Amino acid sequence: MKPRSWLTLHGVLVLLFLYLPIAVIVALSFNESKYGVAWHGFTFKWYRQLLEHTRIHPYVWNSLIVATVSTFVSTVLGTLLALGLARFRFSGRGGLLFLLYVPVVIPDVVMGVSLLLFFAWVQRLFGALHLGLTTVILGHVSFQVAYVTLVVKSRLAGLDPSLDEAAADLGAAGWMRFWRITFPLIAPGVAAGALLAFTLSLDDFVITFFTAGPGATTLPVYIFSSVKRGVTPEIHALSTLMILITTLALIAVQRVQARR
Amino acid sequence: MNRRASWKQLVATVAPGALWLVVFTLVPTLLIFYTSLLQRDPHGWLTGPLTLENYLRFLGLSAEGFDPLYLNILGRSLLLGLVTTVATVVLGYPFAFFIAGSARKNLLLLLVVLPFWTNFLIRVYAWIVIFQRKGVLNVFLDRFGLDPVLLYPSWSAVYVGTVYTYLPFLILPLYASVEKIDWSLLEAAYDLGASRFWGFVHAVLPQTLPGLVAGVLLVFVPAVGTFVISDLLGAGKAVLVGNVIQQQFGASRDWAFGSAAAFVLMAVVLAGLWLYARWTGERGMEDLV
Repeated sequence: MKPRSWLTLHGVLVLLFLYLPIAVIVALSFNESKYGVAWHGFTFKWYRQLLEHTRIHPYVWNSLIVATVSTFVSTVLGTLLALGLARFRFSGRGGLLFLLYVPVVIPDVVMGVSLLLFFAWVQRLFGALHLGLTTVILGHVSFQVAYVTLVVKSRLAGLDPSLDEAAADLGAAGWMRFWRITFPLIAPGVAAGALLAFTLSLDDFVITFFTAGPGATTLPVYIFSSVKRGVTPEIHALSTLMILITTLALIAVQRVQARR
Repeated sequence: MNRRASWKQLVATVAPGALWLVVFTLVPTLLIFYTSLLQRDPHGWLTGPLTLENYLRFLGLSAEGFDPLYLNILGRSLLLGLVTTVATVVLGYPFAFFIAGSARKNLLLLLVVLPFWTNFLIRVYAWIVIFQRKGVLNVFLDRFGLDPVLLYPSWSAVYVGTVYTYLPFLILPLYASVEKIDWSLLEAAYDLGASRFWGFVHAVLPQTLPGLVAGVLLVFVPAVGTFVISDLLGAGKAVLVGNVIQQQFGASRDWAFGSAAAFVLMAVVLAGLWLYARWTGERGMEDLV
């Protein structure tokens, strides 16, 4: 065999490995049988149950609320932070950059328990911040800010600084210059950062697990407890829907990028 | 980055984000260290005086002698991180070249990213369905008249699940490097009489190192720190540092000892990161995102 055929064979095997679990879940979501993996015929009933059973709906809402609010806050904070880091020199810049990488690189379990500790201390000392949706949102923003900042910062690094200087020479003042010149140029980076922040929030289990109080269960936390209790076929249907939505979103993003 | 900033400019740009990071990242991280020096009180909260007791307990040093329980757990976590890293490199390194050489790059990249964006718990759960007693694997083996294997719950399942979960983390940064390879260097090496092996080692491998090292770090760190994969696929049989931390902050409610374990884990990871940052600088850190 030629080297290229070996590479293809290896590639196909890796793809099989990547897709075997997903294929299993998708197949089971259409399986008539409630228990076990043997095929008992095709059905849509788990999807019907998923829509009819309102039990899951609050968890979906919680996930969407957390993701929307935290993405908004982290995108604003992260974009401004990236702007300042890319444009200005100031003392403490190095320390700030280091701090920015902490949420990206420390294991999420450490970040989760550190936030739990922090909220517990604040509660103890000031009587505020009981665990709930607010603490989950605060926790999510804390890791999202880092990702948004880094994505926007890399976009800013590719910009021509003379555009900004020209605007300044023509008398455009600070905020005006930002809205008219800089923001339109970095908008794709901001959008990419926000999209990343949103998906990270929707997918997050560990930070939520440690920072969520009663009534703040998100979809991943619910999925975790279902897996531990033994999954009902509705979860297969839900997973398949989530895979479908992700696929469509990714294809849409690729289309948009290809057109540009 | 050529101007010294005025106070007004900093307040308008850097200050809010920096303040957020200090309050919700720096302070909680320092709190872990502070708490690790305290003791559990009878109500499950914390009490002084400051002591190194929790670290001694983690190291297995007590009045009754040496007990390497937690050191063994740390060792197992590091081993999982190491084996996972090697396995993802074996699977992912040729795969990055496969994508780069394919006519359908975008499709293949999409295929790598897709499982990565599928909820991580669902992907781990899928391996339970495959490995359980009457799971997909055993149904398949039975059809060929082979004996069933009991892989769930087991360490093997934890290893497979970890490799599976983090494989895309290695492929994506590595592919970014492979795509940029200057192949004329390899031709030059061949012209100078290099064999295929040495041509690869001298002309190709060094060009892929930035992506490879970034990928290795992105796999190793979460693999060492995982508690979800070992909890689900090991079902109590596989205990890692992550599980110790989770138990201490959960059922055992000894936050002081849990903090010590978390601090040890963080120290191990930050040491690796420090080496990486020294080697690559700010550019290398940006490769991680």
